[in-house]
Amino acid sequence: MNIGWYLVVSALVFCIGAGGVLIRRNPLVVLLCLELMLNGANLALVAFARMWGNQSGQIFALIVMVVAACEVTVGLGLVVAIYRRRLPIDVDELNELQG
Amino acid sequence: MVFTAILFFIAAIGAITGAIGVVMLRNPFYSVLALAFHLVSLAALFLLLRAEFVAAAQVIVYAGAVMVLYVFVVAYIGGGEQQASGGVLRVLGPLFALALAIELCIAMLGAGLSGVNSKGAPYIPGFGTPAHIGSLFLTTYLYPFEIASILLLAAAVGAVVLARRRRGLEPDEEIDKRIETPRPAWTGTMAEAAGIRVPIQEGWPGTEDGQRVGTTGDTSGEEGGW
Repeated sequence: MNIGWYLVVSALVFCIGAGGVLIRRNPLVVLLCLELMLNGANLALVAFARMWGNQSGQIFALIVMVVAACEVTVGLGLVVAIYRRRLPIDVDELNELQG
Repeated sequence: MVFTAILFFIAAIGAITGAIGVVMLRNPFYSVLALAFHLVSLAALFLLLRAEFVAAAQVIVYAGAVMVLYVFVVAYIGGGEQQASGGVLRVLGPLFALALAIELCIAMLGAGLSGVNSKGAPYIPGFGTPAHIGSLFLTTYLYPFEIASILLLAAAVGAVVLARRRRGLEPDEEIDKRIETPRPAWTGTMAEAAGIRVPIQEGWPGTEDGQRVGTTGDTSGEEGGW
């Protein structure tokens, strides 16, 4: 398969994730959609690594996975803290920083 | 070559279906499952791109560990949301996503890069294997590797600090009640499990001297209170 096909798939996954971030209100699902966007970028990175025959793109993809894991742990910690404070779990209503 | 194309289309359709499922499903738990499906399909695409180590890490780290974290948090806070975002974003969000997709496709396919329309560079033996990735990580990309480990440590500590139970915010009545609830002697101890000491109940023989001595083991010489 040509590299272009993979790039189209990565663009579609990224855009579905971006749309999900805009549409959904549950912070958990927003985090899932962020994962989708990062995965779309990952697929593009690996596809370009294959295109050039250079493994640096794969290294980059692995680092992106590490960053995504960090983002997930901190984000889920925030969601749990919000739940403990009995605040609404809804990104439309959580619009102030004051505890 | 036909086999590769079939595999590609199966994996690509799986990835896109999973992504749409994440966005569209109402229950967050099903969204997490859809994301796991998406990640496994994406790992198949990585394998087709000869990124073996990235595919394995994707399945183990993402579809394994991160998804378990999500499932636990969804089980903890419960599937709350039933309503989608109201108002302007409900219409503008999908439009924005569609416009972005079209723009990205035009940018990448219309760029005229010769590499995009090729099957990629000629195969190098060992491309994408753990040996090559590992040697790159420990030579050329040593600094990013170390920084990533520090970042992981900081995120782990940060998550624990964020999600811990804060003292003095609100009294946890449930735990207080559980602590105050009187329970019969010896319940929940190893002695009870082994059948040496059985909880005192009304009407049992031997309750007048404070504890009932079981049949197994010679505990007659001991006083209660350990």
